[in-house]
Amino acid sequence: MNYFGWLFDPAHWSGPQGIAARLVEHLGYTALTLLIAIAVAIPLGAWIGHSGRGGFLVVGSANGLRALPTLGLLVLLAGFIGIGLLGPLVALVILAIPPVLAGTYAGVRNVDPAVVDAAVGMGMRGRAVLLRVELPNALPLIIGGIRSAVLQVISTATIAAYVALGGLGRFIIDGLAVRDYPQMIAGSILVALLAIVADLVLAGLQKLLVSPGLRAVPGRRGPRAVPAPKTADPAARAA
Amino acid sequence: MIEFRAVTKRFPDGTTAVDRLDLVAGAGRITVFVGPSGCGKTTSLRMVNRMIEPTSGSILVDGTDIASRDPAQLRRGIGYVIQQSGLFPHRTIVDNVATVPMLLGWNKRRARARAVELMELVGLTPELAKRYPAQLSGGQQQRVGVARALAADPPVLLMDEPFSAVDPVVRTSLQDELLRLQSELGKTVVFVTHDIDEAVKLGDKVAVFRTGGVLAQYDEPGVLLSRPADGFVDSFVGRDRGYRGLSFVSSDGLPIGEVVTVRVGQPGPAEVWTLVVDEERRPLGWFDGRSAGGGPVDADDLVPGGSLYDTGSGSLRAALDAALSSPSGRGVAVDDEGRVLGSIGADDVLRALADARRAGAAV
Repeated sequence: MNYFGWLFDPAHWSGPQGIAARLVEHLGYTALTLLIAIAVAIPLGAWIGHSGRGGFLVVGSANGLRALPTLGLLVLLAGFIGIGLLGPLVALVILAIPPVLAGTYAGVRNVDPAVVDAAVGMGMRGRAVLLRVELPNALPLIIGGIRSAVLQVISTATIAAYVALGGLGRFIIDGLAVRDYPQMIAGSILVALLAIVADLVLAGLQKLLVSPGLRAVPGRRGPRAVPAPKTADPAARAA
Repeated sequence: MIEFRAVTKRFPDGTTAVDRLDLVAGAGRITVFVGPSGCGKTTSLRMVNRMIEPTSGSILVDGTDIASRDPAQLRRGIGYVIQQSGLFPHRTIVDNVATVPMLLGWNKRRARARAVELMELVGLTPELAKRYPAQLSGGQQQRVGVARALAADPPVLLMDEPFSAVDPVVRTSLQDELLRLQSELGKTVVFVTHDIDEAVKLGDKVAVFRTGGVLAQYDEPGVLLSRPADGFVDSFVGRDRGYRGLSFVSSDGLPIGEVVTVRVGQPGPAEVWTLVVDEERRPLGWFDGRSAGGGPVDADDLVPGGSLYDTGSGSLRAALDAALSSPSGRGVAVDDEGRVLGSIGADDVLRALADARRAGAAV
């Protein structure tokens, strides 16, 4: 049996139920989820980090929500809300919020207190301190949180198919139903590839957005490339 | 001028950081707050730009009670330099320095031009403008911190242990640089340190705080060293205070004696120490006539001289140190150009000190 034949069959790529269409659906769910999660988690995390109030909330909720079984949540929501986009979307947003919230909170919280002290002492008001000093310095951790949320959402968005929606999960759920393993494998590979590509794109974005001043001591890369001293040679050690 | 009027700061946990502080920091002067940790010196400083609010009492800057000013507006008119520099890691050096002008609404070009000016003023090359703070040494970062504080030309400058995190050599050069800047700019500076030597070197007046936020003594550094108000100040001012106090006694009237000089290649007098000079009469070192036996002076035979006593900027400390550190026992006195004027002995300095005491100097 050729497990990979299904994936590379051009007939499976086009059409309203083809791979291309499912890919677009999958990306659509992911993008929508992330937009909502970011709109909620970044302002909340920034405010909690800036004011220093409610930090326990972030830690507690982040850990608690991570322990939530997404599939169970989805079924529960489908029971309450009914079949449709809203149920899976809520489940995915609940999944995406903790990493973004924790990243933003930690990023703002970890800004050197001396830097914040200097900003206030020079006459910046609270809003300016947050927007011009704390958030730009928190950016690496915020984007880190978003990247981790994207990975989780892309992989978990497959469950949307479980409640009769589209996306790459269709191939896995449908394949399972009829024991079409090549189709399931194709779906799994596509989800994994999508996750990897999305992460690479975000890594590139991070390089563009984060100030070069925040990279770990720029310009010191040279000395690290120096080859190890000769005593590290295994032959020398043996002698 | 900064005026503390019965200022008290009590923290919520009940500790008194500053206890009824009455003090006037003179306009255009460097006032140093010094004391052990927990003495309230930093708290006192931070109350001036309202980073900390006093529990009672009032603080006046140039006659205005700061409690009536909007804190952010007030701070934009007061330069602020802190120990860890507090530079914005995500901004270039030039943008760091331009921070306050930008807050005041200057346009970007003018703020940056001003920032480059300031960088040159504090001794940073303009090539550093596009770098980030992490790419600079600790000393350079502190210079940027000073430039940033001065960018909007505030009349008042608050400096909270700005040089304590850099190594001693860099610290000395930063201190000298601050004194040079101050002689050009004449800011009203309040400077906090725990280092009494730094306090005595930089301060026009020095306020010594003791634990519990009580002002123990507020005087000129020379007075502090010669007449400590009590046992605490005496022990805080530390060892060698008699010697260090000589820094603040003028050496006017110190008699400068003769010194025999010789040039390299000329025959060196036997049995005596002779000062070797170059064509410009600048000292090169000493020639020991006892060991050399009267031959011509060879550049390799020179014994390094001690410190030089510059009569132009001289204090009795410089004169005494020159005498004590010289291999011949005679200190070399030089003019502003570094040319030899003559020599002095330690006993001359002690006689001058006795004269100064008789004349009523605080020694």
